[in-house]
Amino acid sequence: MNGVKFFLIAIGIGLLILAFAHWLELDYFYFAGYTILQFIVLATAWNILGGYCGYVNFGSAAFFALGAYSSVFIHKTFPLPVPILMLIGAAVSGFVGFGMGYLTLRLRGAFFAIATLAMAVVLQTLVVNWDYVGGSRGAYIIRPETLDIAGFQINYIEYLFVLMLVLAVIALTTARTIERSQLGFGFATIRDDEMAAEASGVPTLRVKLIATTLSGAFMGMAGAPFPYYIGYLQPASAFGLEYAVNSIAMPMIGGTTSWIGPLVGSILLGSLQQIATVTISSAVNLLIVGLLLVAFVIIAPNGLVGLVQERLRARRKP
Amino acid sequence: MTEAMSALLHVDKISKRFGGFVALEGIDLEVKPGERLGLIGPNSSGKSTLVNCICGTLQNETGTVTFDGHVVDGLAAHQRTHRGLARSFQLPRPFHSMTLADNLRIPLLYTVRAREGMLHAHSDLGARCHELLDMVGLAKKAKQMPRDLTQVEMRKLELARAMAAEPKLLIADESMAGLSHSEIEDILALLAKLNERGITIILIEHIMSAVMSFSQRLAVLVSGRKVADGKPEDVVRDPEVVRAYLGQ
Repeated sequence: MNGVKFFLIAIGIGLLILAFAHWLELDYFYFAGYTILQFIVLATAWNILGGYCGYVNFGSAAFFALGAYSSVFIHKTFPLPVPILMLIGAAVSGFVGFGMGYLTLRLRGAFFAIATLAMAVVLQTLVVNWDYVGGSRGAYIIRPETLDIAGFQINYIEYLFVLMLVLAVIALTTARTIERSQLGFGFATIRDDEMAAEASGVPTLRVKLIATTLSGAFMGMAGAPFPYYIGYLQPASAFGLEYAVNSIAMPMIGGTTSWIGPLVGSILLGSLQQIATVTISSAVNLLIVGLLLVAFVIIAPNGLVGLVQERLRARRKP
Repeated sequence: MTEAMSALLHVDKISKRFGGFVALEGIDLEVKPGERLGLIGPNSSGKSTLVNCICGTLQNETGTVTFDGHVVDGLAAHQRTHRGLARSFQLPRPFHSMTLADNLRIPLLYTVRAREGMLHAHSDLGARCHELLDMVGLAKKAKQMPRDLTQVEMRKLELARAMAAEPKLLIADESMAGLSHSEIEDILALLAKLNERGITIILIEHIMSAVMSFSQRLAVLVSGRKVADGKPEDVVRDPEVVRAYLGQ
């Protein structure tokens, strides 16, 4: 299936989800759905660098928060429509991703992971001390109840849900296209053996920079509408541990070598977290992630997709 | 015409240190187009460091490396590969997550395409991969993963991947280590076939019978210095080589 066909099918599925949400007429579906879609984008973005290239990024929350705080800054300076804020968030986080890549990509393994974590701490400290965007007190963004689009009144949360749905479709299509392209092969060589990749002619530094930039840009895009969704943005929530942990856990539970992995992981983990939030408490969310991660490391170290692939391979062998 | 211009590879007084350890000291080496050069030396003599400096994995501190008439100092390893310098590794380093065919697809995509600016159709790439695998006797295993290969097959894959980059110079770093006599014969025949196609080969090897039968010229490194360079039969009789390398 080529990229265009995949994109059209993904849009089709997106429209079906939207139709279902309309039929349900339940605002909570939009709130919960938005969060799950946001995690699909974050997990897919993390997987571009972490899964395809093998560079574990612990700083996902920082890229997400950069997108969110770009929106706060623009909102206070010169308010713009959310889709434009998403593009700005992508540019800011993509630029920081490029810079981080340039500075840290000579590091490998745990050293790279620690560097990304350090970057998140540095950025959080900057935001905490930046009063214009709310500093440690946080910033209120009062979103309108409805939005007028060509004479149609649309619920604002539904609008945000649609934007995140579109972004999820774009992120998944991008990840799948990369996977089957020359760039995807380049990413995989970096994950397997960087020295052999260079000897085969792969410009590893350039390829890694593309990965950090793309990954950062998608995370920033996911973060840009967040202030409008949550209404009150503070550093502790934007740079929250749950974004960093979920961005890693979701692809790992789903499987990191394919675009399906982060999708499956996000839907599974995101839904469980939403159910736990309404039935028990959001405080158990990280516990769920931890338990599932331990279980998957033991039962299916290659994630659900890897488990299914292994079973299919075993069945094919006589 | 100067030496550097007529030689395919000209290494001029290169040195490399790791802290206080001198790995290479003022090495000169010249390889002519189509030549089969054997490079020998005891362990820690600097052979792999020299290969790494030539291929760009390490940067030499002094001296210059000229390849195909161009000074390549400062170029990254992949840029040197694009210029026609390929290597195989002492310990095979396949791309574990890819099939054998895809392992060969990488240099075709990133080197041949970058060099020639050609837009290969995917079917063309597939055919070329198959042709290369056929050359090393692995065509039937094209869709298998490297973990399914034996040691000798892994070495052949390593050579096939280097060949996929369509090099002018191939550096085979201990391609026969740990192989049986018949497997060594296999690899030697393969290298000879590649040389007949016009590819210059530097063979780094400890197995003297293989080096002697393959090489037209032999260079010897000892403790980071080149102690001999000449016809194999003369070099192995050189007193310094006998003393340092053969331990007599």
